[in-house]
Amino acid sequence: MASLGAIATAPLKAKREGDKSAKSIVFMGVLWFTIFFSVLCLGTLLVNAFFDGWTRLDGNLITRYSSTVLPETAGARAAILGSALVIVMTAVLAIPLGVAAGVYLEEFADPRRWYNKIIEVNLTNLAAVPAIVYGMLTAGVALSIGLPRRVVLAGAIALALLILPVIIITTREAMRAVPREIREGSLALGATPLQTVWRQTLPSAVPGIATGSIIALSRALGEAAPLLLLGGLVFVSYDPNGLFSGYTVLPIQIYDWVKEPQLAFQQVASAAIILMLGLLLLMNAVAIVIRNRYQKRW
Amino acid sequence: MTSHTYSTRADSAEDDHEAAPRVEVNRDTRRSLPPDPKPIMECDGVDVYYGDFRAVTDVSLGFGHNEITALIGPSGCGKSTLLRSLNRMNDLIVSARVEGSVTFHGQSIYGKDVDPIEVRRRIGMVFQKPNPFPKSIYDNVAYGPRVTGMKVSSMDDLVEEALTKSALWDEVKDKLKDSGLGLSGGQQQRLCIARTIAIRPEVILMDEPCSALDPIATSRIEDLMIELRDEYSIIIVTHNMQQAARVADRTAFFTALAAEGSGDRTGLLVEYDLTTKIFSAPADERTENYISGRFG
Ligand SMILES: Nc1ncnc2c1ncn2[C@@H]1O[C@H](COP(=O)(O)OP(=O)(O)OP(=O)(O)O)[C@@H](O)[C@H]1O
Ligand SMILES: [Mg+2]
Repeated sequence: MASLGAIATAPLKAKREGDKSAKSIVFMGVLWFTIFFSVLCLGTLLVNAFFDGWTRLDGNLITRYSSTVLPETAGARAAILGSALVIVMTAVLAIPLGVAAGVYLEEFADPRRWYNKIIEVNLTNLAAVPAIVYGMLTAGVALSIGLPRRVVLAGAIALALLILPVIIITTREAMRAVPREIREGSLALGATPLQTVWRQTLPSAVPGIATGSIIALSRALGEAAPLLLLGGLVFVSYDPNGLFSGYTVLPIQIYDWVKEPQLAFQQVASAAIILMLGLLLLMNAVAIVIRNRYQKRW
Repeated sequence: MTSHTYSTRADSAEDDHEAAPRVEVNRDTRRSLPPDPKPIMECDGVDVYYGDFRAVTDVSLGFGHNEITALIGPSGCGKSTLLRSLNRMNDLIVSARVEGSVTFHGQSIYGKDVDPIEVRRRIGMVFQKPNPFPKSIYDNVAYGPRVTGMKVSSMDDLVEEALTKSALWDEVKDKLKDSGLGLSGGQQQRLCIARTIAIRPEVILMDEPCSALDPIATSRIEDLMIELRDEYSIIIVTHNMQQAARVADRTAFFTALAAEGSGDRTGLLVEYDLTTKIFSAPADERTENYISGRFG
């Protein structure tokens, strides 16, 4: 009996050192260090911005226009409205197009066709193209169709192009996550492929698409480069009032203020950074809530 | 002549359940079947390929009107592949290709002007894993009629009828608005059957419909199949010999053999006959070995 007991317990006792070996300790150490380092950078940035900018987190920041002479009471009103308008337009342009393209590629495109293969490969590459390239592309297109470059619509087009690949990829992934059984079940009941997409796959994929789109839009919100390339205005003292209105956005406004030597401009810039980070955080939080709340567990 | 004469179902349903462990042909043996069915569906020289790989070779058989036909055989012999080619579900697999003829009421279902959607509407399918939609029970059943644009005077009545026929009505009648995913596995599978019969198909294909279910749920589905046989022709793939013996009028035994030339194994129809015959006096040794558990 005793030997039997020994046999039964022996395999449970770890013979190797498990997590206590030197190798794993070093590995864990490296992992922890990298996490620590990234959190530290972010923390420094936040603390720094906060200490510089908290005195200017006031009503003026959101109600007043920027000023070249009175930095102490300058605000980002035009930039906030500009950002909001540009992002809404970006969403309007990019989401329907991106979702439709993603649905087509995932559900209808024949992966054996050469042109679909090319699209496939390029899509992933497009998502990694630097943002400024989309600014150049839009500038070129705007020039050739006679659209002024410095208006809301041009900015929204540039940002929509920027996030389009991300939305397409997100849509495809969300569609792919819907089990094959659901599609088969629907088709076996005499539904057409289009009905199956419309009534089963797409509704099930909406939370995933929404999450991805919000995260993509939050990236667009923080972009200055393509808009600067389009000649985005840095000094705007009026509310943007339509698609063909001049505008500025938060990142450009911040860029403009940071360039100024006076301390007061640095402070208002920091305040605007806090505001923008807050907005980004909010958007990402909404995305996570949507994901957790509506995600289907099959 | 769509219905045969068989003994009353009610009494046979009773004496069925005690006989579980042995492979015993009961109830259906009492049906007097014509030796050669007037088939509702027919396969003639059917080969199914996945790319270059031939999964099923030269299958010819007919599936009888208002009969239950069981397809049995070892894993990988192409039962599911054949079943899926009977309602063009294989169209969804890009590499899959069907050669030979599959007919439904004498018309080829792979004909040039045939709409696969219409084929699937007339030839329904129940899958191995219950796959209710993430919708309410009611909407699950109403889905087929809605998407196919069926003319129904009252959807409520249709849903009730389908759920009653699939022996689920009493269990769900008070929670039709609840999600179909909240049901037990056996209930989910009956919901999938209800969903299928709601579009009034003529043939129902079932691929191991009970393999995810416990014995009690299984026996309910088996009873259900027997009841549905009056109105539908059923083709079922099963790994469960007892199940084939209990419910099927005819049984087809398949096996996978290395095809001459290539080393690939391909599925072949070994023997097809009345279930009684297959389980009591199979003509082929391989069938006998499989049924008696010596192989497969
Ligand atoms: N989508 C596919 N692509 C390529 N080959 C496939 C595909 N599906 C099945 N096969 C192959 O076809 C052969 C038959 O498979 P099938 O699933 O029809 O067998 P089965 O008899 O249903 O087996 P089981 O009893 O395990 O369900 C197998 O060799 C399998 O690997
Ligand atoms: Mg199978």
